[in-house]
Amino acid sequence: MISDITIGQYYKGNSFIHKLDARAKILLTVLFIAMIFMCKNFLSLGLTFVFVVLSVLLSAVPVKMYLKSLKPIIPIVIFTAVLNMLYTGGETVLYSFWKITLTAEGLTTAAFFAARIVLIIISSSILTYTTVPTMLTDAIEKLLSPLKVFKIPVHSLAMMMTLALRFIPTLIEEIGKITNAQKARGADFESGKLLQRIKAIIPIIIPLVVSSFRRAAELADAMNCRCYTGGNTRTRMKQMKFCFKDFVSLLVFCIGIAGVVLLNIKFGAVI
Amino acid sequence: MENYIEFKDVSFAYIDEYDSTTENETVIDNLSVSITKGDFVCVLGHNGCGKSTFAKLCNAIEVPLSGKVYVDGIDTSDDDRLYDIRRKVGMVFQNPDNQIVATIVEDDVAFGPENLGVEPSEIRVRVDEALRQVEMYDFRLSEPHKLSGGQKQRVAIAGIIAMQPECIILDESTSMLDPRGRREVIKTVKKLNEEQGITVIFITHYMDEAVEADRVIVMDDGKIVLDGTPRDVFVHIDELKEIGLDVPEATELTAMLIKEGVSLREDILDVEELFDSVVKLMEEKS
Repeated sequence: MISDITIGQYYKGNSFIHKLDARAKILLTVLFIAMIFMCKNFLSLGLTFVFVVLSVLLSAVPVKMYLKSLKPIIPIVIFTAVLNMLYTGGETVLYSFWKITLTAEGLTTAAFFAARIVLIIISSSILTYTTVPTMLTDAIEKLLSPLKVFKIPVHSLAMMMTLALRFIPTLIEEIGKITNAQKARGADFESGKLLQRIKAIIPIIIPLVVSSFRRAAELADAMNCRCYTGGNTRTRMKQMKFCFKDFVSLLVFCIGIAGVVLLNIKFGAVI
Repeated sequence: MENYIEFKDVSFAYIDEYDSTTENETVIDNLSVSITKGDFVCVLGHNGCGKSTFAKLCNAIEVPLSGKVYVDGIDTSDDDRLYDIRRKVGMVFQNPDNQIVATIVEDDVAFGPENLGVEPSEIRVRVDEALRQVEMYDFRLSEPHKLSGGQKQRVAIAGIIAMQPECIILDESTSMLDPRGRREVIKTVKKLNEEQGITVIFITHYMDEAVEADRVIVMDDGKIVLDGTPRDVFVHIDELKEIGLDVPEATELTAMLIKEGVSLREDILDVEELFDSVVKLMEEKS
């Protein structure tokens, strides 16, 4: 179980998208999501879909990986689609049975919502698959740095994110160890009613929390020993550079959004 | 020789901030000792003898309650020079998981120099150099949690070397490792000590590791009990046993043989040496 945890979910590669600046990638993802939500008819949705497919191809990450990231949200997609299908009122009734009426409008809304969720997941997966977690947190730090004016500790927040990511596998390993230790003492995690099972987790949570505090104290000592004093005088080994290709990518996406808007106006909204 | 770290009548106790009524137990008791530059010093002692506190006093994580600690002439209680001391004296801890900060090996090694404000291009050079020295260069893009214990500790050592310290303290850094990991770590620090002249303070409770040192300091109850070369120290078998420590197996076996009337030198440290002496003795007899 432990061996297949990848932090973040970075997929090693050397593609065009891998090489883009992390800040640019975060902005692109934001633009992507904006684009997805601005689609009002099937033509603009189609345009967005083309953008997603091209980005997926450019990322050189196997399509299988994207399908894997979609798998856990399939129930949510189905759930929203069904709800939208049933509760969207409309005039063009296609099928009616007992209290259930299917309308063309309902089907359209359902299709749109499902497509939006799927596209958002894929576009954010492109970001996490192609960016090293540390670069991601660095980029967030840089992008949020204007907030320092309002005395928001941007560097500390970014450092906390890095450390959280760093300790996820360590803590998962620890949970495994504690679970086994409790099982060896006769703890039962598999049977009983829901409430009993929830109660059974307590003997895992408490040692985990206690040991996390111990880890935190040790980590703080170790960071002190390595002269960590906060973000003020720090330099970074990996410098981020906003290059030509980053600007071009952003430009292309802005054109894409303009295209979506134009298509919306020209062919009207169906949703 | 030049004294690098100097303890002058140092006492230390952990004070319970929330309960002033309890007596504070003295951890370090009026200790005076100095460490010579370039030495490989091994500090031995059973759990709770104050050896970890000794390490923390060396790079100003803790400051003595009374007495003074000087590192390269700097008083550790001088707050303004705290980071001067810490960049000179690096520390590797016991649990490799709790001292690695980044999710990629090379980013972790870069953490120290980044904190010191070193130029990015210079950091790159230092990181590559440090990783080569601990023989982890091929793993520079790996995720730390996928490495073995010994490899993680070597990454931690690289993280310290990248700060170009003059002294490295290993606070029981081998105690959570398997024998192979322990050998890797010892080999690495030994090399750094010999090739770069870095002073090493190696804190452990494994006797076999102490055999390699230039000097062995044995601590008990916050005091130094024995201090000298491994040969000088390990002949005191009874005293070591009394404070709950072992001696290297070969030394103990030698002592037993001597008791039985075999005429051997008593300061034998490893099996090979013992074997050679016994062979020599038998040749003389026949």
